[in-house]
Amino acid sequence: MVNQLNDYRRDFPILKQIVNDEPLVYLDNAATTQKPQAVIDQLVTYYQKDNANVHRGVHTLAERATAQYEAARTKVQKFIHAAESAEVIFTKGTTQSLNWVAGSFGPTVVEAGDEIVISVMEHHSNLVPWQQLAQQTGAQLRYIDLLPDGQLDLDSARQVIGPKTKIVSLAHASNVLGVINPIKTIAALVHAQGGYMVVDGAQAVPHMSVDVQALDADFYAFSGHKMLGPTGIGVLYGKQAFLEKMPPVEYGGEMIDFVGLQVATFKELPWRLEGGTPNIAGAIGLGAAVDYLDQIGMANIQAHEQALVTMALPKLQAIDGLTIYGPQTAAQRTGVIAFNLDNLHPHDLATALDMQGVAVRAGHHCAQPLMQWLNVAATARASFYLYNTEADVETFVTAIQAAKEFFQDGTF
Amino acid sequence: MALSKLDNLYRQVILDHSQHPHHHGHLKTADYEIELRNPTCGDVLQLELVLEDDQISQIAFSGEGCTISQASASMMTDAVMHKTPAQAEAMIERFSDMMIGDRDEDWSLLEDAAILQGVQQFPARIKCATLAWKALHKALKSDDQRATTGQIMNHAETEETNE
Repeated sequence: MVNQLNDYRRDFPILKQIVNDEPLVYLDNAATTQKPQAVIDQLVTYYQKDNANVHRGVHTLAERATAQYEAARTKVQKFIHAAESAEVIFTKGTTQSLNWVAGSFGPTVVEAGDEIVISVMEHHSNLVPWQQLAQQTGAQLRYIDLLPDGQLDLDSARQVIGPKTKIVSLAHASNVLGVINPIKTIAALVHAQGGYMVVDGAQAVPHMSVDVQALDADFYAFSGHKMLGPTGIGVLYGKQAFLEKMPPVEYGGEMIDFVGLQVATFKELPWRLEGGTPNIAGAIGLGAAVDYLDQIGMANIQAHEQALVTMALPKLQAIDGLTIYGPQTAAQRTGVIAFNLDNLHPHDLATALDMQGVAVRAGHHCAQPLMQWLNVAATARASFYLYNTEADVETFVTAIQAAKEFFQDGTF
Repeated sequence: MALSKLDNLYRQVILDHSQHPHHHGHLKTADYEIELRNPTCGDVLQLELVLEDDQISQIAFSGEGCTISQASASMMTDAVMHKTPAQAEAMIERFSDMMIGDRDEDWSLLEDAAILQGVQQFPARIKCATLAWKALHKALKSDDQRATTGQIMNHAETEETNE
C-alpha cells in the first residue's frame, strides 16, 4: 500500500529540493501541508483568467468567479457529506470557525450555571474560545479526562456530560497524541442532554473520510492549508437550523440583502455568514485540493499513513531513551507521532534533524494544557501525509539516531 | 553528513554550560525577580538577582529550556556578576547586536557568551539564546523590580496555528 501512492509525490514541486545539503524530508504536515501542482495551477489560472468579485457583477468574469467559488463550496459539501451546500461556510480557518461558534452561537444557548465540556488534549483554538465563553456567560468549563495512553476516557465523558451540558467541543483527531476521538459516541451523549456537539476537524479532514451527518456533529471546523489547499481558507460546517440561529460576526459586503437608513436585511445561508469579499482564490484552491484528494481516495490516504506509522513506530520504540506520547500501537493512531529523547530538548533535536534535511515540529503544539498533562515542556513531532514514503521514514529514524549520537558524543 | 554544521552551534563550552549550568537555582531573597516565557516553544526562565553597592552581587536562574537557552543563561550570569546595572545593560545590547551583527567584530565584552555568535547561523534558535538576556533587561528596567512576567516575541519563528 505504501508504494501505491509514491507516484503522487511528483506532483509536489516543493518536495524536490535540497535543504542543508540533504534532500528535503517534510514531516511537519500537522502544521501545514505542501501544495500539489494542480492547486498551484488553479490559483494561477484564477488570477490570470477569472479574477472578479463574486455575487455582485453581471459581467462574464464575475459570473466565472462566482460559479467557481460556489462550485468549490459544493465540492467541500460532498467531501464532508453535508446535506446542503448552504451548510458550508467559508472562513479563514479552523481557529476562526471555532471562534465564530463559541463567540456567536455560544451566547445564544449558554447561560450562567451551564456547562461547556472539552478535553485536555484540545488545541488552544478549541480551548481558549470556550474559556472566554465560560467567563463571559458565567458557565463552567469542564474537561473530559484522558486514559494513560492519551485516548479519551469514555467513562469520564459519561460522568462529565450531564443535564447542565450545553456544548461539547472536541478534536476529531489530536494534533499531538495522534488519537481519533469517538465523536459519534460523544455526540449521542451530548444530544441526549439537549446540548450541541462541536468538532475541531483540523487534523481529521485531511487524513480520513469524514461524514458530518454520520458523526451527527452540529458544527464541524477545519482548515484548507492542512489538506493541500491554500492558507487563509477554512470551513465552518453547521447544521442548517443552528447556522440560522447564529448571528453574523461581520456585517457588510457579500452578506447584505437590503439596507435602509435604520435597518438592514441579510442574505440567506451560507452568504449571510460571509461578510465582506471572501477569500475567493482560496476557496477555489481548496476546491482543487478536494478534487486532488478525491482522485486518490481518502481511504487510500488513510491506509498509506497507517502503513507509514506501522513502519515508524517499532523503529522509534527501538531507540533507547526515546519516548512516544499517545498510544503505542499504530492501529489507534493517525499519522502524527509526538516524541522526545531523554536529556535532549526537542528544539535541539529539531535543529539536528533540520541539518539532515528532516523537517519536524518542536514545541508545545498550541496545546499547553496537554503538555502539562504529559508533564513535559515541549515535544518533537513528526507528521506524515500522502506524499511521504518508506524512504522518508528510514531517513527520519536514521537522523534521530545520528542526532542522539552527536549529543552523546558531546557531553550528554 | 550535514551534522558537522551542528558543531558551530553546539560548541563544547556551550554543552558544558548547558549540562553544568552556573548560578542555577534560587536565591533566598532577591531584589529583582522575573519570569520570561518563549511562547513558541513553552520554554520558561526565572531570573533572580541582588544588587549591593550598585553591583549585581548575587544572581540565579531556573526554569525549563533547550541547550542553547540554558547555556546562554549560564554564561550570562557569569558575565554580569559584579557588574553595575548600566554595565549589564551595555552587555545585553552587545549580545543582541551579536545575534544579528558582523561575525568578525570583537565580542569579548561578553566573556564566555561570545561563543554563542554561532547561533546567528541558525535563525530559528536566536530566540533561545536571547531569552535570558531579555529577562535581565526586563528585570532591570522594571519599576517594581519583581513579579514581572513577560513573553519574548521578536525573532519570530514558525508557530503552528490551527487555521
